[in-house]
Amino acid sequence: MVFKLHKRETRRGTLTQKQMNSQFNQTEHQAKRRPLRFRKWKDKLVRLFSIFSITLAVGGMAWILFTVISNGLSVIDFKFLTQPSKPYGIPDNGIANALIGTLLITLGAAALSVPPAIAGGIYLSEFGKYSKVGHFIRFSANVMMGIPSVIVGLFVYIILVIPTGSFSGFAGSVALAIIMFPLVMRTTEDMLAMVPYTLRESALALGMTRARTTLCIVARAAKNGLLTGILLGLARVSGETAPLLFTALFSDSWPTEFFSQPTANMPVLITEYATNSPFEEMHAAGWGAALIITLVVLLINIFTRIMFRTRHAK
Amino acid sequence: MFATDNIFKTICLICAGLVGLLMIGFFVQLALSSVGAWKEFGLSFLWSSEWDPVDEKFGALPSIIGTLLTTFIALVIALPLSFVSAFYLVDLPGAIGKILSQALDLLATIPSIIYGMWGLFILAPVMQTHVQPFMVDTLRLGKVPIVGRFLGEDYNGFGFFTAGLILALMILPYICAIMRDIFAMTPPMLRESAYGVGCTKWETAKDIVVRYGIRGLLGGVFIGLGRALGETMAVLFVIGNMTQMPSALFDSGTTIAATLANNFPEAAGIQQSVLFALGLILLIMSFGIQVFAQWYLNSTSAKRGEER
Repeated sequence: MVFKLHKRETRRGTLTQKQMNSQFNQTEHQAKRRPLRFRKWKDKLVRLFSIFSITLAVGGMAWILFTVISNGLSVIDFKFLTQPSKPYGIPDNGIANALIGTLLITLGAAALSVPPAIAGGIYLSEFGKYSKVGHFIRFSANVMMGIPSVIVGLFVYIILVIPTGSFSGFAGSVALAIIMFPLVMRTTEDMLAMVPYTLRESALALGMTRARTTLCIVARAAKNGLLTGILLGLARVSGETAPLLFTALFSDSWPTEFFSQPTANMPVLITEYATNSPFEEMHAAGWGAALIITLVVLLINIFTRIMFRTRHAK
Repeated sequence: MFATDNIFKTICLICAGLVGLLMIGFFVQLALSSVGAWKEFGLSFLWSSEWDPVDEKFGALPSIIGTLLTTFIALVIALPLSFVSAFYLVDLPGAIGKILSQALDLLATIPSIIYGMWGLFILAPVMQTHVQPFMVDTLRLGKVPIVGRFLGEDYNGFGFFTAGLILALMILPYICAIMRDIFAMTPPMLRESAYGVGCTKWETAKDIVVRYGIRGLLGGVFIGLGRALGETMAVLFVIGNMTQMPSALFDSGTTIAATLANNFPEAAGIQQSVLFALGLILLIMSFGIQVFAQWYLNSTSAKRGEER
């Protein structure tokens, strides 16, 4: 842009005064009548289009939420939440085993991924901020965040399901942990980087070691931020379906054999009920499960947003 | 330096290095597991369109084309929409802009399986009974020479077009969020000068802001592209899952991710190896796109550092 303006100006500089006058008059005539109205119309059109597109996006979201709520709400009752899932035709169908299974798998993923992720984030923010290794790791973490989750499922299938010879909830945990790991690491880094540098210097001046400064001062100052990162990671993976299809699979039993048997979980339950079953009753149960998942994910997200904003306001 | 510090730093470094290790692990494991397929079909696996599980003849082309096609549809729809919404969202006054931005961000957090279920039970029937009949029978788009060739005249609500629509809705908030950041990053001085010389808002957007933030915008596009490329569940539910070469937009078909999820449970032997090979192709594609995206986004943040 800058270059263009510059060029035009120099060109104009070489013109004679007469030429300039005529050119100026010409452009003045043109600019005054038609184009301005045309330009304003165009601007208005684009603005209309933008309102339309925002409405479309938000409306789409409202439509999805409305469908999930209206279809799911009628299914959910005490029995639905406390009975395990059963094959079609047996009364008292529920989703309790899937609920517990998802809880186990997600918490397992958090337990596996959060400690190394936070340590990794500490490295990126405190030790390797400008180093080559740090840049490389940050870059790979960003790339990892965009790798399709189905690939992660395949990978865990190769390294865990084939050797152990069976699908298991634990394999699902590992898959979700791999997805969560770069996410939590990057937010940890960002949150630690927001801690003022004077805090570190004061702690170091008091004679603390670097490790202690980081753990007791910096990490504590960024505590809410770290929690936000973990919660967002959890929200992100709790709805992941594709990797669980390859790892945890599904079963109608309670998740007692977490480490060696297929484990029931919500996303795969929804998939099974929605696609592999022709019965209305099963579809309804799927909607119920979908409503619970959506609510949990949205609530975690809204909660973290509010928490983070109040922290900023302070 | 204290000994504890060194130990602490090494532990942290190892943990951070896990990311790189995992990434290399993806490539190595998928490559090792797909050796059978590459040996059997050679490189022609990439452009063979056969898919016959009984005869054990497999080709990747239908899945690859399907993936590219759905991604393309999604981008064509989502890109203009997210661009204009981002530009006006940044400038919307106070509370409205904030609430709408937050709503869009929340749209990004809804799990893909919910999109898939909505697509299967709501969108696909709507497409079948309202949208596609309108396009084909009322507007007679199917008879228009070139457009008709692309749309096709048979429809059942499922297929590339529906999948592309859902993908567009899914990636819109992602692209929009990045574009919003880029627009907000443009120095106010530049924009105000543009208004000062009489540019309309739209002219400021396309002539000033886009040129300033073009790399960041490209990064955002690539991020959206990467997401659309590997999306599994939402596509799986509405694409129809037919492993055939797509001939029209209303056709049923498949994508790499959908093929993986659909065929994996009953796959064994050579077919499993074929699926791993497909996974490797998808990994390479999305890896390339992500590297591009990060490279572009990185270069903008460097520029931003200079400006400060």
